[in-house]
Amino acid sequence: MNNTQTVLEARSIGRNAASGERLLNSVTFTVNAGEKWAITGATGAGKTLLLRALALLDPIETGEVLWRGEAIADDQIPRYRRDVIFLHQRAVLTEGTVATNLHQPFSFKTSANANHNRDAIVGNLTRLGQASQFLEKFSKDLSGGEAQIVAFLRAMQLNPSVLLLDEPTSAMDAGTVERFESLISDWIAEPRTERAYVWVSHDPDQIARVSDHCLRLESGKQSNFTHDPT
Amino acid sequence: MILANTTASYIDLGAAEVAIAAALILINAAVSIALKLNLERRLLIASVRTVTQLLLIGLVLKWIFATTQWYFVALILLTMSLIAGFAAVGRVSRRFPGMTSCSLVAVTTSSWLITAIALTGIIRPERWYQPQYCIPLLGMILGNSLNGISLGLDRLTTQLSDRRDRVELLLTLGATRWEAASEPIREAIRTGMIPIINSMMVVGLVSLPGMMTGQLLAGASPFDAVLYQIVIMFLIAAATALGTVLAVLLSYRKLFNSRHQFLHEQISRD
Repeated sequence: MNNTQTVLEARSIGRNAASGERLLNSVTFTVNAGEKWAITGATGAGKTLLLRALALLDPIETGEVLWRGEAIADDQIPRYRRDVIFLHQRAVLTEGTVATNLHQPFSFKTSANANHNRDAIVGNLTRLGQASQFLEKFSKDLSGGEAQIVAFLRAMQLNPSVLLLDEPTSAMDAGTVERFESLISDWIAEPRTERAYVWVSHDPDQIARVSDHCLRLESGKQSNFTHDPT
Repeated sequence: MILANTTASYIDLGAAEVAIAAALILINAAVSIALKLNLERRLLIASVRTVTQLLLIGLVLKWIFATTQWYFVALILLTMSLIAGFAAVGRVSRRFPGMTSCSLVAVTTSSWLITAIALTGIIRPERWYQPQYCIPLLGMILGNSLNGISLGLDRLTTQLSDRRDRVELLLTLGATRWEAASEPIREAIRTGMIPIINSMMVVGLVSLPGMMTGQLLAGASPFDAVLYQIVIMFLIAAATALGTVLAVLLSYRKLFNSRHQFLHEQISRD
């Protein structure tokens, strides 16, 4: 495994509100394979906007995002988003059961050659403290924490290189948070992969546990850059 | 021509007969007063507008029907199309920049194409620009097409706003812009097409369309009037489908850019 491989690079990303106000101001950082990034900052500092910009969900006024060292052409974007997956803080699920939700991405062209692997899903579910019957639950009956688990598994099964996690454990109980952190730690350390994540969190203890790089945002500007989040 | 052997014989109406009909508005006024609906003023304005607008259009049509210049007729058809395009967006509860142009292109393209097919392939008047054919024909088609466009655009913008999270979820999982938007698009087109399908279901059973009624009152044989109406229903259905699809697809191109981004901030409430 080559840990110096750059997977994702933000170069001078700038974004303005319709009113002209600067929402993101020239944010630059590089995510290499194996790196665990945390993004911190007060509410409204631009953390979610930065993750959305990295996922190319919003048009940006300045700068660019590079994927494995290259600019991303228009027709590559769906494939890029499948490899660099953004998880919304409020997990969005569609109608139907958990299984229906997990099957959904496989209807897209970008996943035409991929297959839903039930055994792998059940394995991860077990690690998160859920039985396989969880797959038959209806999404409308799930708690916020359970919905976050489904959103996470739905992303994981696509075998992405990078996860952009926006407070992914905010609705989970302490036990599930611990299991989640352990699972993602094993995921990133899996041999022969070039994986990384960028994790937005408000919890300093969690940041200390899950990250080895940290970017602090203040009013859309990066104020602090450290390789030691503690 | 379908109506080649019509022998027009109809009962002339004078001012007195119209006045009797107009007096029936008193029923509405009585209901409004009795139930305190507070609609009297609006009823009065609506009644005056009905009489004035129709008298004016009567005068204008009399003058237009006498014209023989194609460009003059074309100008009138264009004006009608512009009004229809603006009217279609007027009823949509949400807005986005460029919506009016989507509506104008959709209503004009669909209605002109279908009217051209009707004039050159079905009704075949001596000259396409004979106003007594092309103006009412385009008018009927525009009126229905704008309704479909209006409903379609309203549904599309509402669906996209209400389901923004879901659309973005699909994008984050690797969907193309088309895959992410296809459900709201299909829903919008279906909504735009339902009214004309519904009226095709009940035409002749529940309702006698205005044009057919007019022809019958004017002395046309019922069978001839029915043939005309069948033709019109299919023209309207085709134009509505085409107009709705065009308006919805053009809007989709405005709301999703080539970088597969949903430009949700473009949609605003009226």
